[in-house]
This record gives sequence, C-alpha cells and structure tokens, in this order.
Amino acid sequence: MNALQGGFADPPRDAAHAFRAAMGAMARPGTIHTVTGVTPPAPLSVAAAVLILTLCDPDTPLFIAPSHDGPALRDWITFHTGAPLAGPADCTFAVGPWDALLPLSAYAIGTPEYPDRSATLIVEVPDLRAPGTRLTGPGIRDAAVLPLPDAALLATNAALFPLGIDLFLTCGADLAALPRSTRIG
Amino acid sequence: MDGAAPVAGRQEWLSVLARAPDGRLAELSEQAAIAVPFDWLRRPEIGTVMVRGRTGATGAPFNLGEITVTRASVQLPSGEVGHGHVLGRSKTAAEWAAVVDALMQTDRADAIRAAVLDPLAAAMAATTQVRAEKAAATRVEFFTMVRGEDQ
Repeated sequence: MNALQGGFADPPRDAAHAFRAAMGAMARPGTIHTVTGVTPPAPLSVAAAVLILTLCDPDTPLFIAPSHDGPALRDWITFHTGAPLAGPADCTFAVGPWDALLPLSAYAIGTPEYPDRSATLIVEVPDLRAPGTRLTGPGIRDAAVLPLPDAALLATNAALFPLGIDLFLTCGADLAALPRSTRIG
Repeated sequence: MDGAAPVAGRQEWLSVLARAPDGRLAELSEQAAIAVPFDWLRRPEIGTVMVRGRTGATGAPFNLGEITVTRASVQLPSGEVGHGHVLGRSKTAAEWAAVVDALMQTDRADAIRAAVLDPLAAAMAATTQVRAEKAAATRVEFFTMVRGEDQ
C-alpha cells in the first residue's frame, strides 16, 4: 500500500532531462536514449515510468495494459501524475507489453482536422539493441534499425499518416520512439 | 488511502491544517516537539488551485479564482503516509501539515490532537467569531413600506 516512493527527486530538473530524451527519441527515430531517476513499482520499467511521470498529467488519460495493471502501480501513477485511468478508446497514453496493448484499432488515431488527438503507446519490449527492422523517413539521415514488435502491423499504422498512433519503445532504462511518420521496411 | 483513519476524521484535521494561520502551525508543532524522522514522497511544491463557487450558493458552478497552495507528502519509518496541503507559500507549513497528518494515523494521535489541532481549531473558531460579531454590529435592517402598487 505504501509504495509511493521512487518518483523524481528533483521533479522540474529531472522531468526536463527526461523530456529532452523523449523529444530526441521522437525527433530521431531509431536512436536509443537512456533515462534514470525513478524506481517504479514492478513490473513497470524505468524508462516507461520516466515517460509517464514526464508526459502524463490530469489532462491525459492513461491506459494500463491488463498485464501491468495493479493497485500498487495505479496508486503510484495517481500519486505522482494525477493522470486519470481510462480504457484504450479514451486514453492519450497507454503503457504495457505489446501483446497486452493490442489491438491497435482500439486506440484513437486522430481526425483529419486534429491528427494530434491520437494515442501514444509506451510499449515495453524485451530488447532494443537487437538487430531489427530498417526505418527511413523524417529525422533519419539514411536508415535506422530498431527491433519492432510487429513490423507489418506498424507499417499499416504508418500508412495512415497523417493519422495514426505514435510509439515509445522502452526496455529497462532505454527508450526509443517510432512516430507515425517513419516508413518501415 | 490507508484505511487507518476514518475519512471524515482525516478530512476534518486536514481542513484545520490547510487553513491554519501563517506560521502558527510550525510554532505549535515545534513547541509540542513532535518532529520525527521521515522520508519525502513529495518535497514541498507551490502551485495554484482553482476555487469554484456556486451562483447564489446553490446555482451553477463558476470559477471564482485561483489560490496559492503548497503541498508536500511524507512517509514515516513505520509506513504511515501523510499529505499536507496548506494555503499560501509556506513550505515549512506544508511539511508540518504532512507530518501531523502522518502522526495522526499512529497511536500518538490523541497527543497530537491536543497539542496542535485543538489549539489551531480553537484559534480559528475565535477569529471567525470575532469577525462575525464585527459584521453583525454593522448590520442594518431594511424595512419596505407597502405602498399598494403591487396589490
């Protein structure tokens, strides 16, 4: 019940560093950024927790995948961010392992007038540094490589551009990002 | 949250702590020597809270304005979590409010109540009473003569 420790020690400074890492990851898909500063309750990874503490607030509903959901994690996120918990259809952010977050059709992809009204998925992956899928597109000089959980499905998401969802991939303290603008394969 | 204290009781003491006059809470707490070791869950931070009112006290809600609030959260070594929200910008007051809230969930609750909460509540009640008396002294009763045009 009392697992509320483990937030940022110096929230403004730590969150600024974390935001810089998240922005760098989104701007240059395929690059891996390492973040620290929090000790979240299991099974949340450090990088996913840093993203949640940095990006979520009372205006961004969060969906916790069933495999991660639990009272300890709910209390921790509510105490540190105040983000309301929601289902996949209403969430701005979603966190969990890939299989538990599927199907992707459950998430908001934005509207032609407001493509920003879409969900961002924080996907816990087992490995970020393994050989993976070739990525090209904005923010990538020639090509980048990132192990994706399901390249074919994510290619259909990229084909929805300018609509679609954005992904953060987290593994331990490492994070990378896959915005919808990145071409896969 | 913790189930140790009934919600109503906790709301009541948190309300007293939140509205305690500037400096008085720290003064009383230091006098009572209730300082205990604790871990920070949330260091004191200053922000604003929107105060909402209702038109005519019962009508549609509207935003009255923002007030400055300082909040902090602590955890005692025995596990009790205390949250302090106080009016104003005093980080010391927020810290003491959180410590008092945590201690009120322990077996020291009665001593803390007598040393800190009761004097605060009494002082605040006295202030309210004086203000109400001053206001009542200036009260003017209006009488409207019936002039017949509404008949």
